[in-house]
Amino acid sequence: MIRLAVVSGKGGTGKTVVTGAIARICTRPRVMVDCDVDAANLELLLKPRILERKDFYGMEAACIDPARCTACGICGDACRFDAIRMNGGTYTVETGRCEGCRVCRLVCPAEAVSMQPRVCGEIFYSETPYGNLVHARLAPGAANSGLLVMEIKKLALSRNGDCDLMLIDGPPGIGCPLISTITGTDHVLVVAEPSVSGLHDLGRVVQVSRSLRTQVSVVINKYDLNLRMSGVIREYCREQDLVYRGEIPYDEAVMEAVRMARPVTDYDVPASEAITTIWDDISHELW
Amino acid sequence: MKISVASGKGGTGKSLVAANLAWSLSGSEQVTLVDCDVEEPNLHLFFPEDQPSVSTVTMQVPGVDQDRCTLCGECAGFCAFGALVVAKDQVLFFPEHCHSCGGCAIACPAGAITELPRPIGTITGRMISPSLHLVTGTLNEGEVLAVKVIRAAKETAGTGGWVIFDASPGTSCPVVETLQGSDFCILVTESTPFGLHDLALAYDVTSQMGIPSGVIINRSDGKDEAAHRFCDEKGIPVLAVIPFDRKIAEIQGSGDLISRRDPSWKERFCAIGRACRSLVEGA
Repeated sequence: MIRLAVVSGKGGTGKTVVTGAIARICTRPRVMVDCDVDAANLELLLKPRILERKDFYGMEAACIDPARCTACGICGDACRFDAIRMNGGTYTVETGRCEGCRVCRLVCPAEAVSMQPRVCGEIFYSETPYGNLVHARLAPGAANSGLLVMEIKKLALSRNGDCDLMLIDGPPGIGCPLISTITGTDHVLVVAEPSVSGLHDLGRVVQVSRSLRTQVSVVINKYDLNLRMSGVIREYCREQDLVYRGEIPYDEAVMEAVRMARPVTDYDVPASEAITTIWDDISHELW
Repeated sequence: MKISVASGKGGTGKSLVAANLAWSLSGSEQVTLVDCDVEEPNLHLFFPEDQPSVSTVTMQVPGVDQDRCTLCGECAGFCAFGALVVAKDQVLFFPEHCHSCGGCAIACPAGAITELPRPIGTITGRMISPSLHLVTGTLNEGEVLAVKVIRAAKETAGTGGWVIFDASPGTSCPVVETLQGSDFCILVTESTPFGLHDLALAYDVTSQMGIPSGVIINRSDGKDEAAHRFCDEKGIPVLAVIPFDRKIAEIQGSGDLISRRDPSWKERFCAIGRACRSLVEGA
C-alpha cells in the first residue's frame, strides 16, 4: 500500500479540497484518513456513514485524593507543566495541563496521587462512496493529538491494509501531529499558497518531511492570486530539487462545491481539471 | 489589554487580523505583537527589521553518566513517553520523545542522571517602531514541544500596553497555551462550511476557558448567513466582515499590510480594537 499525505505547513491552503478531490477520482482501492484531528473537515466533503465509534484514551492524567493529601506542596514544586494548583487548602490537578508524566506520583510522600484514564476524543470508522474513512475528533483544548494521529493511521492499516492507497489529509504546522502524520508515509504532497507566508511555511514543512525520509512534491493552489509569488515558489522548487506537480487556479466553483458538501471533481470546472491532471501525473509515477 | 487571535481552521486570516490590528493601534498606543504560531510563524514577514535580537529556548533533557549508571532500568521504566531505553551496555536516549518532566533524574537510584539544556527553538524580538514591538517564537524543525516555545514568547512579551497574540490553527494544546490569560479572543472565520465547523470548535475552547470572544468573518463572498446565525445563537458579536478581494490577497500575499496602504483600513482596525476593549470593560 502506498501512503500519501497531503500537507501544507501553512493552514488553509486547500489540503482538504485537494484530498477530497483525489478521493473522488482515484480509481484504485483506497482508504482515507483525516489526520487534522483538532479541526477535521474531510468528513464535510465525503459524507461518511459512521460504522463504528470509540473513545480515544490519551495519556493517563494524575488525580490527587483529597483524603490523603497533606498539602505539603512537593508535587506542585516538582510538576514542570504547572498542572497542580492549590484550591481551598488542598492540591488539585488541572487535567488539561497534565502531560501524564507521573512525576507527582513519584514524589508524593503520602501516596495521594493516582493515574486515571482520560478520554481525549473520539475515533470513527466510516464508509463513503469512495472507500472507508478513518477520522477523529480531539476534545476541545485536549493534548495528545500526535498520539491520536498514530491511532487512526494504525486503525486504517489494520482494517484496510489491502488497499492500494492510504490517502491522508494532514494537519497544518510542523509540530507533533504533523510529524506523527508523515512518519512512515511514502509520499508527501505539499499544497502551497502563493504568498510570502506560503513560501516561508513551505520551506519548513519540506525540511521536516525530508528529515523523515519521505518523497516530497509540490502543487500551488490559487496560483493566479499572486503570479509573482507563484513564480518564486516554482523557482524555490527548482533550487531545492523538489518535484513540482503543477498549479490549481482560483476558482469560485471550489467554494460552491464545499457548500454543496461535494468534492470539486464532481464538477467540470477549471480547478477540477487541474487537480485531475496533477493526480494523473502522481498516480502514473506511483503505480 | 491582552487579545488573542484564533480560528480553529488554518488560513482564515489570523495573521492578517493580528498584524493589521497591531500596526493600526500602534499609531496611538503601545503595542506588543506576539507570534505564538511557533510551528509556522509569519508575522515577521510583514515587518522587515534588520537588527532582531535572538535568544534560544531550551528544554531540560537527561544526560546519563554511563560510569555511574548500573543499568537497573528504573529511568526507562519510569519514563511515560518511551524516551529512555536500556540496552545491553548503556542507556539510550531519544530526545524527540522527551517531555522534559525531570522524572528520570528523580527515579535514578544511582544519581547517574543530570539534566542538560537542549535547544528547541528561538525567541526573536524586533522593534518595528518606538510603539510596536514584535516577539516571534520559532520551533526548530523536527521538534515537537511547541507549548514550551509559546510560553517563552509570552514571558518575553510581558504584559504592558496592548498585547496581541497570534495563535496557531487548531484547538489543541498550543492554542490553549496561547489563549491562557487573555482578556479577549478574536475568532477569525471564513464563509465556508469548513470555516464555520472549525469556528464552532474554537468557540468551545474559548468558552471552556471563560474567555469572552468576538468574530471576524474574512474573505466574505456575502453568503455569511450561517456564520451570523451561529454568532446570534451563541451571543457573540460579529466585530467585522472583510470581503474577498483580489487586491487584499495581493497586498497581504506580497508581505504588505492593507492598513499600512490605506488609512481607511487603519481606522477600521482601530475601531475593532476599541470594540474589543469596550466588550472587556463592559463585561
